[in-house]
Amino acid sequence: MNITVTLFAQMAAFIMLIIFVNKLLWGPMNAMLAERQKRISDGLAAAEKGKHELELSEKRAKEALVEAKNRASEIIAQAEKRASEIIDGAKTEARAEGGRLVAAAKAEIDQEVNRAKEQLRKQVAGIAAAGAGKILGREIDANKHDDLLKDLVAQI
Amino acid sequence: MSAEQSSGGGTVEYIQHHLTNLCAGECDPVTHAANGFFAWHLDTIFVSLLLALTIVFVGWRVGRNLNPNTPGRFQNLIEGIVEFVSGQVRDTFPGHNPLIAPLALTIFLWVWLMNFMDMIPVDLLPLIAGWFGIHYFKAVPTTDLNTTLAMSLTVFLLIIFYSIKVKGPVGYLKMFLFHPFGKFLVPVNIVMTLIEELAKPLSLALRLFGNLFAGELVFLLIALIGGTAAIGVAMALMLPLQAVLDLGWLIFHLLVITLQAFIFMVLTIVYLGMAHTDDH
Repeated sequence: MNITVTLFAQMAAFIMLIIFVNKLLWGPMNAMLAERQKRISDGLAAAEKGKHELELSEKRAKEALVEAKNRASEIIAQAEKRASEIIDGAKTEARAEGGRLVAAAKAEIDQEVNRAKEQLRKQVAGIAAAGAGKILGREIDANKHDDLLKDLVAQI
Repeated sequence: MSAEQSSGGGTVEYIQHHLTNLCAGECDPVTHAANGFFAWHLDTIFVSLLLALTIVFVGWRVGRNLNPNTPGRFQNLIEGIVEFVSGQVRDTFPGHNPLIAPLALTIFLWVWLMNFMDMIPVDLLPLIAGWFGIHYFKAVPTTDLNTTLAMSLTVFLLIIFYSIKVKGPVGYLKMFLFHPFGKFLVPVNIVMTLIEELAKPLSLALRLFGNLFAGELVFLLIALIGGTAAIGVAMALMLPLQAVLDLGWLIFHLLVITLQAFIFMVLTIVYLGMAHTDDH
């Protein structure tokens, strides 16, 4: 139990052990722990950032979706309007065309009627002339009585 | 050792024999105890150096291939100890000094390992030493006052060094002159502060030494239970009793050696922290 030179041997051993532990174990491990801590905090920060970015992009996507919906409904409305316009235009055009067709047909009918009337008149005049010739017993000279016939035709 | 046990004064001799260091140099030829300053306690030096080399080797192995991503089981253990120690330093040490944490770690590891030698059966290491012709072997270095005092004196030197470095030589002197009773009781102050400062290394060394010495003594007494029993019926009774007592004391002592290593470490941090504060 006496204090002897062993004390100084132990002191030397202790001091050397402190130096070795510091150099071989504490130093590398402390550096490694610090690095790990930094890496973890970096990772957490990156995760936070990623989350934030995700939120942002989700918001942006939502906005884009809403805008697209709006655009689509706008386009649909426009298309509907345009369709009804086209239909309306087609209707009026068709009506006009129909009117025109009717008018043309009427004109043609009128023309035909007139032509028929004309023909009829001519035939009536012929018949009348023939009848008159038979009645008078002689040939009516068509050339001589042309004026008369014409006058007759006009009267019918 | 059986020869000693069978003789009348065997018990005392057994214990004394176990508590005698392997001495070289100025030793008493009869009692084998140290008889002068130049007495080397070879067993203390051998075991403590062996454990120190173990720490250095393991520390080197772990520190060389540290893996920050997938730490192995052993690296996890060392990491746990290192983080525990650095947590203690963070909590109790004011300011920043890169020496404190490795110092505390060294104290904790070394003291714990040296204390752990107490866990080895008391007769095993002397028996093995006896095969090599060494008849005295005290295996626990912390039951040698030289070891504990060596550590506490190193801490004491660091306390003085940092006190002077932080407070300045004048400030350190002032601490002796005007603390704790102000400037009107200077002689009392000097005595008080001197006692206070000297108590630090002494209490550190004696607490560890006392605890471990007592623990070793209890182990020796327990070991005597089976040994003193006569061959026969008493033996059948005493040996289980010895085993149970030994197990109980072993478990309890495991707590004690950890606690003592922890206390030595924490008090070192606290004392050095006091040396680093300026408010005396």
